[in-house]
Amino acid sequence: MKKCLFLMMIFFSSVTWAADNLMGDVEKQALNVPAVVMFLLFVSATLGITYWAAKKMRSTSDYYAAGGGITGFQNGLAIAGDYMSAASFLGISGLVYLSGYDGLIYSIGFLIGWPLILFIVAERLRNLGRYTFADVASYRLAQFPIRTLSAFGTLAVVALYLIAQMVGAGKLIQLLFGLPYHYAVVMVGILMVMYVMFGGMLATTWVQIIKAVLLLIGATFIAFMVLKHVNFDLNVLFEQAVAVHPKGLDIMAPGGLVSDPISAISLGVALIFGTAGLPHILMRFFTVSNAKQARRSVFFATGFIGYFYILTFVIGFGAIVLLSTNPEFFDVNGLLMGGNNMAAIHLSKAVGGDFFLGFISAVAFATILAVVSGLTLAGASAISHDLYASVLKKGNSTAKQEIRVSKIATVILGAVAIYLGILFEEQNIAFMVGLAFAIAASANFPTLILSMYWKGLTTRGAFIGGFAGLLTAVGLVIIGPIVWVDILGNEQAIFPYKYPALFSVSIAFLSIWIFSITDKSKRAENERQQFEHQFIRSQTGIGAHDAAEH
Amino acid sequence: MSADLYEQVKLNPKFNQLVKQRSRWAWTLSSIILIMYFSFILLIAFVPEWLGMPLFGGVITIGIPIGVFIIVAAFVLTGIYVHKANKDFDRMNQEIIRALK
Repeated sequence: MKKCLFLMMIFFSSVTWAADNLMGDVEKQALNVPAVVMFLLFVSATLGITYWAAKKMRSTSDYYAAGGGITGFQNGLAIAGDYMSAASFLGISGLVYLSGYDGLIYSIGFLIGWPLILFIVAERLRNLGRYTFADVASYRLAQFPIRTLSAFGTLAVVALYLIAQMVGAGKLIQLLFGLPYHYAVVMVGILMVMYVMFGGMLATTWVQIIKAVLLLIGATFIAFMVLKHVNFDLNVLFEQAVAVHPKGLDIMAPGGLVSDPISAISLGVALIFGTAGLPHILMRFFTVSNAKQARRSVFFATGFIGYFYILTFVIGFGAIVLLSTNPEFFDVNGLLMGGNNMAAIHLSKAVGGDFFLGFISAVAFATILAVVSGLTLAGASAISHDLYASVLKKGNSTAKQEIRVSKIATVILGAVAIYLGILFEEQNIAFMVGLAFAIAASANFPTLILSMYWKGLTTRGAFIGGFAGLLTAVGLVIIGPIVWVDILGNEQAIFPYKYPALFSVSIAFLSIWIFSITDKSKRAENERQQFEHQFIRSQTGIGAHDAAEH
Repeated sequence: MSADLYEQVKLNPKFNQLVKQRSRWAWTLSSIILIMYFSFILLIAFVPEWLGMPLFGGVITIGIPIGVFIIVAAFVLTGIYVHKANKDFDRMNQEIIRALK
């Protein structure tokens, strides 16, 4: 372990050195010294935590669920850290900068799933599960098909999300730190593997908590400086923004983001149900000691995420006011340097100088690291806990074997993520996070929710319906406008809507229902009978795995 | 072992009461969220110009306080549920568990 950390440090110094030497021939921004210093501080602190977590780790419960010892408040911060990706920080503030009000519509969509997770998912999930959401989905159903389905759903979501994050990370780091794309992707990959492999859930949780705190502080400071600039009068902020923005008054109203009602509702369905089907998010509910703490987690997470989205709105408008009139931030073509997604980064320089720019750049990097670590852990757990221990070994593997498989899976996932990150460098990846949400909403969410709420659910129904949802979501995205027209270059899309969720979620629920009620097998009868006890456990927590159990 | 406990809980009338109360709260709050969100989405789809109407004659439009309100309301509703659960559901649950032999 110590040796690895040491090697890591050497790797790091050589990377920074290489960056210095490459400055001349690669086109990117100058090396930002405060950013590198602050980033190295973050990395050393988190690697220190990883070392501490590795020493504490003894059981599978420590590895997958941080021993169940995270408090509701800490977990709320960690959930926020998992959910507030660099894409939402830079992407939404960039969207506000570009078209004003539309950014707020996006934020609301990303937030609105959280209260529903609290009301209908969180407590039952904690009472029934142990390490992964498949524990709950397969509680009274056949292990082999349901865990296989859940693992497929998990890995599909994780892979898409990881590619999007890796490509985003590479480009962002290239821009902020002056590091070549490939170095950046490899570095992110190695760091996330270190956190997850040595530190498990405990280290991942603390990486997310630290990142969430840094991001909230940074965003609060930018928003505060924006408000100070307008003497804390929102009216002045909006008036100045309208005056300098090329779209004028249009930025104060919904634009063309969601046009027809079907797309609007479909996007809403994907965001609401998708949030409740994201494997790395669901996994976080097993890190707390009981249903009460799971509840508190969502309360704090909703508060932090909501506050953060309000900040991004202020930041986006601040960028309109403070950047638009300053030629320093624009290239020769009059476009914002690095693209609209850099609005928050440039704004941090405008309000806090180079030092604060360094801070925000380091935070953006930390943000990516925290999100990819959570994803990697979720993917590795699906492989080791669901596929290896439960399906392949039928529950007869030792804790040591299971953790070893998980570590191997982590390394493989890391290598795959680096490879795909490099492979997709020049590709259009805009559809990937949307597709990840659609799959989570169409495959993971229906089986999970019906396993907890519907007595009639059987293995046959869940298996066929879950895969039907997954395949429909993927298929409709491929023949839809984003892939069929924008990427494959066809004239017209076969499926006219950008967001498939309304259709794929309906198909999933419908086929689960049909194939469950027509299931007359002995096994199905047995599964329906077991619902009552499962229901009592989900409500009271009697028999639930608690923190002390090892 | 647990199976025996579950059979006992099933017979306890307090359990039914807990389930009923909690479901009522959970589904009521969920409907509020869903109605609020999908009304907002439909307003955007059908009458975006209504959301773009100026408020008090300034540049701030009706859509902005509505949007911020939804974010705040999401947080407040989670607070209401957590408060109710801490105050009542946990107590009822404890009573059910204490009654087990």
